[in-house]
Amino acid sequence: MIRLTAITRTFHMGDQAVHALNDINLYIGSGEYVSIMGPSGSGKSTLLNIIGLLDRPDSGSYELDNRMIIDLSETEQAQVRREKIGFVFQSFHLVPRLTAAENIELPLILSGIPQKQRQSRVEEALQAFELMQRANHRPAELSGGQRQRVAIARATVMQPSVILADEPTGNLDHQIGSEVMALLEDLHHRGTTLIVVTHDRELGARAHRQIGMRDGKILTDQSNDAV
Amino acid sequence: MTLSDTLQTSFKTVLSYRIRSLLIVLAMALGVAAVVVLTALGDGARNYIINQFSSIGTNLLVVLPGRAETAGSFPGAILGQTPRDLTLADAQLIGRIPQVKRYAPLNVGAAELSAANRLREVTVLGSNTNLIPIRHMQLAQGNFLAQGSENSAQIVLGAKIAQEFFPRSQAIGQRIRLNDSRFLVSGVLAAQGESMGFNTDEIVIIPIHHAQSLFNTTSLFRILIEAKNHSEIESVKHAVLSVLKQSHDGEEDITVITQDAVLATFDRILHTMTLAVAGIAAISLIVAGILIMNVMLIAVTQRTTEIGLLKAIGATSANIRYLFFAEAIWLSAAGAILGFFLGQFGSWMIRIAYPLLPAWSPIWASTAGIAVALATGILASLFPASRAARLDPVNALSKR
Repeated sequence: MIRLTAITRTFHMGDQAVHALNDINLYIGSGEYVSIMGPSGSGKSTLLNIIGLLDRPDSGSYELDNRMIIDLSETEQAQVRREKIGFVFQSFHLVPRLTAAENIELPLILSGIPQKQRQSRVEEALQAFELMQRANHRPAELSGGQRQRVAIARATVMQPSVILADEPTGNLDHQIGSEVMALLEDLHHRGTTLIVVTHDRELGARAHRQIGMRDGKILTDQSNDAV
Repeated sequence: MTLSDTLQTSFKTVLSYRIRSLLIVLAMALGVAAVVVLTALGDGARNYIINQFSSIGTNLLVVLPGRAETAGSFPGAILGQTPRDLTLADAQLIGRIPQVKRYAPLNVGAAELSAANRLREVTVLGSNTNLIPIRHMQLAQGNFLAQGSENSAQIVLGAKIAQEFFPRSQAIGQRIRLNDSRFLVSGVLAAQGESMGFNTDEIVIIPIHHAQSLFNTTSLFRILIEAKNHSEIESVKHAVLSVLKQSHDGEEDITVITQDAVLATFDRILHTMTLAVAGIAAISLIVAGILIMNVMLIAVTQRTTEIGLLKAIGATSANIRYLFFAEAIWLSAAGAILGFFLGQFGSWMIRIAYPLLPAWSPIWASTAGIAVALATGILASLFPASRAARLDPVNALSKR
């Protein structure tokens, strides 16, 4: 459950103030599938970063799973990111010198989970995303689709309640892109909240709820009754 | 993130940047090796000189005429003149001091030695029978002024002199000439080589009376004294000073040097020198530290997106800081250990090349070298690590 109240975020470019987010109020229930769309500069990525605790709003309040997030210390926020949130990025952001398995293992290492448990969980993730054959390959030896599968495996290995995907198919061709989307949607079917930022209308339309943004404000918020 | 995971993760990182890590480790290692080798040299030189100095006698005191201190009383002092010479009578007075084990008056000069149709200039020591044990010399054959022959015209030849003059025949019993005086060879010194720049193989020793008439003098060059034991060196020194002051009409116009004091001075000087070279070598460790800092700063820039990613998947600032920190510790520890062994190897090579020089690096130097390497490595990583930890994840991730 995500509840944003009166969120503002302003950037200063020189002496000009840019209102990336301007009084945003938003509620996203557990297990929802939401797409956030809008042209570049509309504030959709900033919104995602604030939901993902990578960025702090200048004002407003943020409640995640009944917990007020803004007042938490840096360390506590890191813990929330570790346990509740999974990120999927357009450019994958895999660590180039680590193998696929090691990349997936990273969040488990950061959480201080013992080695034995880590191994079995990484193995499960590799199996779930059909990466067993590629476990010991580095990102440079993987195709784009495989890289994004590794990234999704990494985002889900801690079993977070929210997956945040920023243009997850932006660097993939159409067919691989829809395969990746199918994987993400499968996570949603199993109860994870899925929030996808995209400027691709077709992709956005797959979500059950579509939020349209422009100039730091939510313009449209409509639900799809199709599914 | 557990400590062992932090160490393992950073170790993998170090391994994955092979050339970069190798160069840093090498720089660190050379610094530590320089400390080890240079202190081994310095301390080796110290031990070498102290050994040499100890070899010239035990519990040794040397009396020399004149005073090493400035005093206003007699005008000749400025010119280095002494009002009274050291004489044999003085030496006999010293012999009566109870703490004195033995003493040897000494005159030194040069004379022409001729025998068996050969001729050469030699250094002549005039002394008594005690000179040989006091100075830790050894007779290979014969004796010197044995009981009952104190005043006979005997001569002891250095090993090389004996070899040169009597290559095929027995030296003992041969008659030789020093300038115009005739001497009977009574002993030959064992070959000892050089010690303190003084080659005992190329000297001859004659009785003190004969030396004084040969050089036409009544004064002594030195009096060597051996105290009964180490604890009595100081009291012998005071006794000698007071006895000779009395016999010199209340004028304290002699100087007594103890071997201990000279040894201590040498020890101090050479120890300081060792410290100085260690300090110079330590500068290279500081340079290696700066190199580590530079490379770490570049690494932070290179890995900006990676740092952003780690934060996004839940790393705290402390996690990131420790990761960079651990990396620096691995690098400097590897450098320190490699450098230590390189340094030991270098010292070993020096010992092989110069067997006389006991080139062992003192333990304090090796320890300090390793400690300074670790400390500079860790200090150098503080700034890059905190810069990495402070990175804003949004900016870090958006960097392409």
